[in-house]
Amino acid sequence: MKYIEEYFFRTLMYLSLLIVFGFVASVLWSIFSEGLPVLTWDMVTSLPGSGFYIGKEGGFLNAIVGSLYIVLGATAIALVISIPVVFYLNVYLKSSSRFAYVARLAFDVLFGIPSIVYGAFAFTIMIAVGIRASLLGGIIVETLLIIPILIRSMDEVARNIPKDLLEAAYSLGATRIETIWVVVRQIAPAIATATLLSVGRAMGDAAGVMFTAGFTDNIPESLTDKAATLPLSIFFQLSVPQVEVRNRAYAAAVLLTAIILVLSLSGRFIMRHFSKNKI
Amino acid sequence: MAMNYRIAKDKVAGGLMTGFTLFSMLMVIAMAVGLWLKSADIIHEHSLSDLLTTSEWRPMNNKFGFLAFIVGTFYVTGVAIAIALPISLLMAILLTEYSRSVVRRYIYPLLDILASLPSVIYGVWGTLVIVPIVSDIVGPSVGTVTSGYTLLSGSVVLSVMVLPLLISLFVEIFGNVSRELREASLALGATRWQTTKHIVLRKGLPGIVASVVLAVSRALGETIAVLMVCGNLIIIPNSLLDACYPIPALIANNYGEMLSLPLYESALMFAAFILFFVVLLFNLVARLYLKSIKVE
Repeated sequence: MKYIEEYFFRTLMYLSLLIVFGFVASVLWSIFSEGLPVLTWDMVTSLPGSGFYIGKEGGFLNAIVGSLYIVLGATAIALVISIPVVFYLNVYLKSSSRFAYVARLAFDVLFGIPSIVYGAFAFTIMIAVGIRASLLGGIIVETLLIIPILIRSMDEVARNIPKDLLEAAYSLGATRIETIWVVVRQIAPAIATATLLSVGRAMGDAAGVMFTAGFTDNIPESLTDKAATLPLSIFFQLSVPQVEVRNRAYAAAVLLTAIILVLSLSGRFIMRHFSKNKI
Repeated sequence: MAMNYRIAKDKVAGGLMTGFTLFSMLMVIAMAVGLWLKSADIIHEHSLSDLLTTSEWRPMNNKFGFLAFIVGTFYVTGVAIAIALPISLLMAILLTEYSRSVVRRYIYPLLDILASLPSVIYGVWGTLVIVPIVSDIVGPSVGTVTSGYTLLSGSVVLSVMVLPLLISLFVEIFGNVSRELREASLALGATRWQTTKHIVLRKGLPGIVASVVLAVSRALGETIAVLMVCGNLIIIPNSLLDACYPIPALIANNYGEMLSLPLYESALMFAAFILFFVVLLFNLVARLYLKSIKVE
């Protein structure tokens, strides 16, 4: 009897594996089979022409460049803020610190807050200080969104830095801040992986930038211009009935998926192959 | 002199970093206060219980009832978790109890892919695959005509989106169950599944509950994917094949018009506040609990 039960549940497990595998395959297959045949070089390198949304010529270069600007800006600012925070939590504070516990909890909670709430919140702030939907607004909201992601994933690795390493530095007369390069070098793979992870998250986020960056057919020329983004470009084009426009949405979806896949796989690769300098 | 300078630098850097840390932590409070202040207008105008228990939504006529959105949000999330829970439990058991590390090395990248795909891609997948299945196969087989843009479609898409989160949390929880307990059970002649059922699942049960709470809070806030497949009709859904209109979709769909009416803006910010409050509460409870069992 117990062996029948064993086989029954073992079968269910393989079935669930099959289902998960099926989901992955179905998502990727549906995107690539719809989008790849219609993806042309022209779409990636040209701006929307006149009559773009009724199926006339043009591409989504505006969205590609807009996404790139927002993601690069946000990642740079977020790194400048989160690396010191991780360093502070792990070097300045003791592992039993009450403050560190609360801080980590706060970042866990921030990590869980949906991007639409970030978007709405940033939007109210922007109205209050008089910023309109713009590249700047997009950068701000994505920065806020990825700070907790960066901190959490770097902190996970930083917590395992051998204490001996820090003590060796102290015994040579280093102050706490002077160990920063030791720490940064030790968690370098984690920084790289966390960065790739948050680039992916910021690149794929639509709900946050919807309010704050707006949408435009042009490439933003200053921080106060509106900026288009790839996910929103997909979303808007898909809500149009014309087949030509919808096809472009699928093509943009292929591009976005490919970018995300490359980012995610290289993140895993870096983590596996470069985290070897252990004591 | 040089020593003092170095110590001073150490102290100044420390102060600066405390500032950074505090600033990022205070985001939680800033959000709560900011959204609450913005929603104060609508709560003054209509009482809290009015907003939460009526379902008439006509902003131009000063009618703001959130009930349909709230029911829709929890309904779609509940069904999504009901679909994802058995699959993710079985997957996590397969990964921790039944497979060698070779197998795991091939499965984790798959989960990575699922976890990293953006919401909008799931939305596209939903409209391409799930919506047609619901309208052409599920609908006719139960004798209803449906567009396919339904609560069921939203739930299926959401369930796939929370799978990687649930599986990774479960794997961590099962990994914490002590090896000796398992071996004691196996030595007594129990099969692997019996061991799993009586030892791993029983020991892990509180953690499983906390993980589900966390997954619920993740699913509650999903926006674009849900917006694309749920149908977005302002009705209280009665069946899986009704359309629904979750709160994130409400906010995303109306941000363009909301500035036309002061109260409208306040209403949408109140919607964001509800979302924020529920997610914060669920997250806090689940995280605190998960942290406390990790220390053990």
